[in-house]
Amino acid sequence: MKLNQEEKAMLNGELGEPRRWAIEHMIRVGRFFDAPDLVPVTQAHIMADTESLGEAGVEFLEDIAARPRDERQVRIPMITDPRGIDFCHYKRLRQTEWMASLEQRAIDAFEAMGILMTNTCINYQTIMPPVRGEHLAFGDTGVVIYCNSVLGAYSNFEGGPSSLAAGLTGRTPRYGLHLDHNRMATRRFRVDFKPQHLSDWGALGGIIGARAGSYWEVPVLEGIESQPGSDEMKHMGAAMASFGSVPLFHVVGVTPEAATLEAVCDPALLDAETIAGADLENFFARYGGKGEKVDVVVFSAPQLSLLEMQSLAELLDDRKLHEDTSLLAVTSPVVAADARRLGLVERIEASGALVLEGMCFYQSYAREMAEANGWKRLMTNSVKLANIIGGYGYEPSLSNMENCVASAIAGEIV
Amino acid sequence: METIELECHVGVGPVVSGEALVTDDNFSARYDLDRIAGIFSRPQHKLAGQSYVDKIMVFNTAKGGVASAWMLHEMKSRGVAPKAILFNNVNPILAQGAALADMAMCDRFGDGDVTRLIRTGDQLVVQPELGLVTITRS
Repeated sequence: MKLNQEEKAMLNGELGEPRRWAIEHMIRVGRFFDAPDLVPVTQAHIMADTESLGEAGVEFLEDIAARPRDERQVRIPMITDPRGIDFCHYKRLRQTEWMASLEQRAIDAFEAMGILMTNTCINYQTIMPPVRGEHLAFGDTGVVIYCNSVLGAYSNFEGGPSSLAAGLTGRTPRYGLHLDHNRMATRRFRVDFKPQHLSDWGALGGIIGARAGSYWEVPVLEGIESQPGSDEMKHMGAAMASFGSVPLFHVVGVTPEAATLEAVCDPALLDAETIAGADLENFFARYGGKGEKVDVVVFSAPQLSLLEMQSLAELLDDRKLHEDTSLLAVTSPVVAADARRLGLVERIEASGALVLEGMCFYQSYAREMAEANGWKRLMTNSVKLANIIGGYGYEPSLSNMENCVASAIAGEIV
Repeated sequence: METIELECHVGVGPVVSGEALVTDDNFSARYDLDRIAGIFSRPQHKLAGQSYVDKIMVFNTAKGGVASAWMLHEMKSRGVAPKAILFNNVNPILAQGAALADMAMCDRFGDGDVTRLIRTGDQLVVQPELGLVTITRS
């Protein structure tokens, strides 16, 4: 891999051990993916919740944080994905002091590196939306697929270590989606129905993700007749990435790189596969539970936008949750502050629900929460969460937000 | 005894040897595993209930879950981890995770579908720097 003078100096340890580690890490990854060199990046976003970091990961961060200031500080603006703990509510969720203590150690380390604790997976809606053509090192698959697809930015999925390496150096290996030829469509889908709810958009993403099934496939969608907004794209992208590890999609006439179908593929060489209304019904049918007791209803993954918070408040106004059912609404610190100012948090919580901020349900020791709270049947409108949470011992049910709320009030899945 | 050499792309991590556990399913450390018990926990996964500890895992591809990049490091620190992971095609996250954890990982095999070329129970030697996996089969 070609390195410039400054990168060679980093590799030689002249700018401190953290930057030496970072360049070495990028060379290992770059060789794996045949990167010719490193590309400068303007922002980094790191996923490093303590459940995935573990004690070993936190110690790794603390080693860097203990270095002299000029060695440990990141060189570009760097922000964080959701944490595993909301310090105001972890006791109510029966998370432990051990979890909170590990979380605090990670936060202290990040702050020592100059990383902003934004604790969000919707930074593209709330912090600093990227610009078309901007090269980034973003973590969280939902963030990456949104920024690539909807905003036309350039990022691979950067796991925590690689995001950190990018923050420390201001660079990332030039492979994958940093190269234009990898952004052309490889699968073509014709959508034969009109998604109505956010959960329908998520299901569409899940169906496409499952069919595409690889980081190296780029779906292009035709036939989308209703205009998607940011929340629709958010749910579709997060589900597509979750089901298929897909980092980029195009929607003809909607996303910036696909003004026409011809702009992203040669239509003569790529046959269209149809996704019909029956496929959507079959997708939802996989998540059963109708008539069963529901233990917890969760709106999370991705964190809720201000508009989703408003929708939820309207659905919960003057209603009370069933005494045996919990409802959790998870959002970012920025949205939570605004939602509080606008009275939405108060309206949501008057029902008995709980608004959590800066965390994400499945990154928050979901298995331990299930055991501590006796939760088994979980209902959500997030296709991403429904896909993941089975691995943590839950039985997921999937429906739209309205049905989820109705179920939380009835205490059983309606 | 039969010995077969499979060429692949240059990988990451050290030379390791061990027993193969193979599936044509995909892999995510976040979605599919009980990392404390060291078993596949997602009921829909084809290896549900099986232990991955000290195995050389063979999958089709990797799925979602940026967190997996930390998880290999964390799993290895507790000694509840596979020895190596082989894929037809891996996504960047798992490769980044293997680079941090110094775990052997390879993909892009020249002879075709690695989930068919290698069988569960095969003894393997994985040499990532050479892009070479050697199968010994009785």
